[in-house]
Amino acid sequence: MSARIVELRQGILKKNDVLAGDLRLRFHAAGLLAVNLVSSPGAGKTTFLRGTLLELHRAGRRVAALVGDLETDNDARKLAESGAPVRQINTHGCCHLEAEMIGNHLGDWRLDDLEFLFIENVGNLVCPASFDLGEDLRVALLSVAEGEDKPLKYPTVFNSADVAMITKMDLAEACEFDRNKARANICEIRPGVRIFETSAKTGLGMAEWLDFLNSELGRRRAGAPVS
Amino acid sequence: MHELSIVCSVVESVQEALRERKVERVEAVNLRVGALSGVLEDALLFSYEIATQGTLLEGSVLRIERVPVRVYCAGCEQESELASVQSFRCPRCQELTADIRSGRELEIKSIEIDEVE
Repeated sequence: MSARIVELRQGILKKNDVLAGDLRLRFHAAGLLAVNLVSSPGAGKTTFLRGTLLELHRAGRRVAALVGDLETDNDARKLAESGAPVRQINTHGCCHLEAEMIGNHLGDWRLDDLEFLFIENVGNLVCPASFDLGEDLRVALLSVAEGEDKPLKYPTVFNSADVAMITKMDLAEACEFDRNKARANICEIRPGVRIFETSAKTGLGMAEWLDFLNSELGRRRAGAPVS
Repeated sequence: MHELSIVCSVVESVQEALRERKVERVEAVNLRVGALSGVLEDALLFSYEIATQGTLLEGSVLRIERVPVRVYCAGCEQESELASVQSFRCPRCQELTADIRSGRELEIKSIEIDEVE
């Protein structure tokens, strides 16, 4: 018998990374922009996404959404009010979405017919950070009620985000929300990240966000890297 | 708490890597885990014992090498280690930097085994 060291140097999430890479290629080939929304439970992902889908759908853009939750299809029903095709992913206890779940739920959707695919992750500010879903943009949401130091408490998620979205701005005053402090904390964790301040209820900041999405889609279709 | 599923992936990958070998026993599995990987060391160790039960890896040791976050500062033209993930500033000049060179690792480095000759 002999002792031996077998060098492996292999990513632990290799299986997910390979599947996410395949999805990314499919999304790119179809010319669509994939957006992954991550936040803690209750930050307002669903209401924000419903507003986004509604506006894009109304403007004639071809959008679809997948939404992840441990149980229930409440969010899918809420998002479907926008008129866009929506599918619920129930993870039955799993605290994040994985690339395989995305692939399985795309089903018969023709990606070529889509311009935007939104993926609403399970509400969790820790685990979704590790799982690539093949998205072009990862958006981390933070509601004004959560406290300005949320990015410092959960640096991994905010550090992995391409966009930071401050939601429920209509409640900012009631929550004594210090927007400068929140923005500074986000920049401390993710220097240079794009920050939006929105309220899905009043529509504040939504036009700027939609302009950004359309310009990112334009870049995608022109073959340029999205920001 | 996604560490259990991460450890299950480790067990699966190690079994796969050792399939062609005549392994007597697995002594240790060495991981490299970055400070930005979002994975807790204690939770990995806790899950390991459960996940390895009844497998070739049962009784083996899980060793975790923590990989600190290193950033590159364009102003100083230098790479440095961050003391914490609360602030992405160059420790020399205090400028913010988004150029991360390491710290997101989540990998199986090596497996220590006893092999039948």
